[in-house]
Amino acid sequence: MIALALQPFLAMGGYAAYVWPAYAIFFIVLVADSVVPTVRRRRALREIRAQMARHDARRGTSTTIPSPASTR
Amino acid sequence: MTNWVPRWLHRLSSPPTFYRFAGALWPWAMVLALVLGAIGLYGALVLAPPDYQQGDAYRIIFIHVPSAWMSMFIYAVMGVAAFVALVWRIKLAEVVAMESAPIGAAFTAITLATGSLWGKPMWGTWWTWDARLTSELVLLFLYLGVIGLYHAFEDRRQGARAAAFLALIGIVNVPIVHFSVNWWNTLHQGSTINVFGTSTIASDMLWPLLVMTLATKAYYIASVCRRTRTGLLTLERGKDWVRTLAKRGATA
Repeated sequence: MIALALQPFLAMGGYAAYVWPAYAIFFIVLVADSVVPTVRRRRALREIRAQMARHDARRGTSTTIPSPASTR
Repeated sequence: MTNWVPRWLHRLSSPPTFYRFAGALWPWAMVLALVLGAIGLYGALVLAPPDYQQGDAYRIIFIHVPSAWMSMFIYAVMGVAAFVALVWRIKLAEVVAMESAPIGAAFTAITLATGSLWGKPMWGTWWTWDARLTSELVLLFLYLGVIGLYHAFEDRRQGARAAAFLALIGIVNVPIVHFSVNWWNTLHQGSTINVFGTSTIASDMLWPLLVMTLATKAYYIASVCRRTRTGLLTLERGKDWVRTLAKRGATA
């Protein structure tokens, strides 16, 4: 029933092959754009922690560094 | 006169302050973008009537035009930030300029792809070298050039300065994109929305377009805040505030 009622909407007056891909591109690109900062942020923090750990090891001091897993 | 505005701006331009400010701002901007986007899409796909000439194909306008506006708007923001970065050497301006470029490139790519999907049924072609399309393609190459130049340098700040210079020169292309439909005889139609005059669009088509425009603006604010935060972390990696933050687990 619902599928039947949606049919004219999904058909987009015969332009479904153009309208829906356009909307799909809009969403896929923006979702990709919003995933990138999350990934980059995690990597940046991991690198900063690794750098700090190396630095501390060289100095022979120890600060407690949480493992990256604990931040997720 | 009070001078709290410049003082506030000065404080905000300090990386740790902006990092916190952006961290507080972006979730609100993202929620606003999602809510406005949902309302706008409902208006665009369900409530707005089919066009009397283009049928339902015209519905691409609700993502095409906001994306096209954002491609120019973000370039303008990037250009201003690049100018500030070059003249006053403010680190935050450099980061904002460089982090805006990928978002602008994303919106430009959306504009070109959705325009192509609209052009095929209406003009009978995916692509034509008319002034509007060509200048928008140049805009994409400018964004990609800025991104590429930025990453071509070992030293991030040096890369940012070179790329900011390119961004600043490229800003001449923005008015060309905007006025191309008036200056040249293009296949691309002229402006439907006029800020200083009557818009030639029915109101039940206009409001979803404006709501979608606000949604993309809010999305840009959220995205640029998130990207700038990471950019600042990387750039200031040796500083105390970053070290403290990394130690704390950086959940904030």
